[in-house]
Amino acid sequence: MTIKKFVVGSFDDEDVLFPAVRNVRKAGYKIQDVYTPFPVHGLDKELGMRETRLHTAGFIYALCGLITALGFISWILTMDWVQNYGGKPHFSLLAWIPIMFELTVLFSGVGMTLTFCYLCQLAPFVKKHHFSPRATDDLFVMVIECTPHTDIREAESFLAAAGAKDVNVQNAEVGWWFGRYDMDRKLFDQNAEVVTA
Amino acid sequence: MSLTKYESFVREPLVDGAKTYSTVTEDIVYTIETKPTRLWYIGFVLSLALLSFGVYAIYREVTYGVGQWNLGRTVGWGWDITNFVWWIGIGHAGTLISAILLLFRQGWRTGVNRAAEAMTIFAVMAAGQFPIWHMGRVWLAFFVMPYPNTRGPLWPNFNSPLLWDVFAISTYFTLSLLFWYSGLIPDVATIRDRAKTKFRKLFYGIASFGWTGSTKHWQRHESLSLVLAGLCTPLVLSVHTIVSFDFATSVVPGWHTTIFPPYFVAGAVFSGFAMVQTLMLITRKVMNLQEYITLGHIEAMNKIIVLTGSIVGCAYLTELFMAWYGANIYEYDAFFKYRLAGPYGWSYWIMMTCNVVSPQLFWFKKLRRNIEFTFIMSVVVNVGMWFERFVIIVTSIFRDYLPSSWSLYYRPSIWEIGFYLGTFGLFFTCYFLFSKYFPVIAIWEIKHVLKTTGESYKAKMENLEKISAEEFYAETHHH
Repeated sequence: MTIKKFVVGSFDDEDVLFPAVRNVRKAGYKIQDVYTPFPVHGLDKELGMRETRLHTAGFIYALCGLITALGFISWILTMDWVQNYGGKPHFSLLAWIPIMFELTVLFSGVGMTLTFCYLCQLAPFVKKHHFSPRATDDLFVMVIECTPHTDIREAESFLAAAGAKDVNVQNAEVGWWFGRYDMDRKLFDQNAEVVTA
Repeated sequence: MSLTKYESFVREPLVDGAKTYSTVTEDIVYTIETKPTRLWYIGFVLSLALLSFGVYAIYREVTYGVGQWNLGRTVGWGWDITNFVWWIGIGHAGTLISAILLLFRQGWRTGVNRAAEAMTIFAVMAAGQFPIWHMGRVWLAFFVMPYPNTRGPLWPNFNSPLLWDVFAISTYFTLSLLFWYSGLIPDVATIRDRAKTKFRKLFYGIASFGWTGSTKHWQRHESLSLVLAGLCTPLVLSVHTIVSFDFATSVVPGWHTTIFPPYFVAGAVFSGFAMVQTLMLITRKVMNLQEYITLGHIEAMNKIIVLTGSIVGCAYLTELFMAWYGANIYEYDAFFKYRLAGPYGWSYWIMMTCNVVSPQLFWFKKLRRNIEFTFIMSVVVNVGMWFERFVIIVTSIFRDYLPSSWSLYYRPSIWEIGFYLGTFGLFFTCYFLFSKYFPVIAIWEIKHVLKTTGESYKAKMENLEKISAEEFYAETHHH
């Protein structure tokens, strides 16, 4: 629940954005994030982000699903309630493949989506600060976080020189909170109005 | 030496007209931010009427029992299971478009994937009604789930294709829903951020889950959609395979065939694309989206229709060949006496005409790109695919091994028909609501491909065409 100061530059072309990101980082500014209306390929690498490990989580969930299905079915059909289906063996792996496959896929898909929502803090009634309403429409919004050493004027003119169509300074909450987009106040208001410059 | 021309002679642009990012948003969000047209209201009220009739038909069935339907001694599965398989088949196109075509990097999927995925979800919802209500004592429907109970615990039979179906369809529905909604979140955020009314701010605010468009979130989003596509690809093939196991693992002549899984999957894709065509042709016209769902999209789907239709035709002929070559008199009779001929012979020939003969006309480019013809064909194909399921189900069982138990001529009661109409009501009510309140075209995916296709790409490249290769090299490598 900390409020920080940011210098926000909006770009209207991703071809201008890429060199701008490179130059801003080279100049030593701390880019908090770049908000884009669609996934811009290569931008994550340009910002120095590492590859996401979400797919690894998906693989682990898939294994869990497979083990759950195999364990559950074999326990039921060979131990808990042994039944004779047309004289076939109790442990008939071949007939279990469909359900084992389905649970593998189900666990992986559901687990990955929930992990994705958790990592990105996405849920109904979650509200965040939006630096520009057009970041979901047609602008690529680069946000520079101000540290005690940042000269705000200089950062502003740096962004404008890098090709930003609009530059402004905003004080913003960094995290998320419970709220509604038709109301300004937070659902659970906490009065933490500390601006770290 | 100048560079060669950038414009492809083979590939058409995915988006027509000179579009910018903001005009893409404007075009697609337009119908959400304006009052619906009179046509929309008429369609919506009609769908609601059908839905209510269906609800009443189900009320009759639950109150008085499955006897409300004209099922008899041998035809224990009639219209209900026919409709179930038909709807499930239709529900295959969406995931095929969004998952398999994503993995194959087919750029044209971006124009139609969102609506096709929505259609998939609604079709699976409609399909699910049939096995559930056919149970008769529907209040015990939860018995199909494996849960610790006081009856032993007595578990369902995990070796039964009917239980595989429960798992396959519920998994398919869940994953299609997750795939569709995770793709929808960024677009919902787009609507939220330009919302003017209180309702839209509230509704799209909740539905957008607080999406910001952060680069890290996009990176995870891409990973999520890629893996979900990878998971959905075998899943979509497994669903109709397992539906076909419902028949293929039995010992009924006409059902007991190993060709069923691939044959059912091809048929499902075939009918699914036909339904996508029906909906898309209306949607693009009513919502003025001809620049996003172009003739190129329509032609691409027609190519898939002619391919899968031919696979289905091949399967029909293989079945006939095997029935003769297999030298089993019961199987021979099932195909040559009760399918090609006999009291239901007419349904076989409707199926053959609609599914195998008429789609061959799509070999002609002129017809593939003719909108009226495509629309008629899309309906014809779905009629044909309905009859395929009817033929497989009813003609295989209406005369069994014991002639004394042969049924009278099976024809549906009004409540069976009403139930079917009701699922149309459910499907179209959902589709009308979706097309009013959600973007029918994936806005962010269109923006993603915008710079590499169409007019804006051409404009960018026209300058490059004028310069020499050396200048081009200097231009692109000076960073």
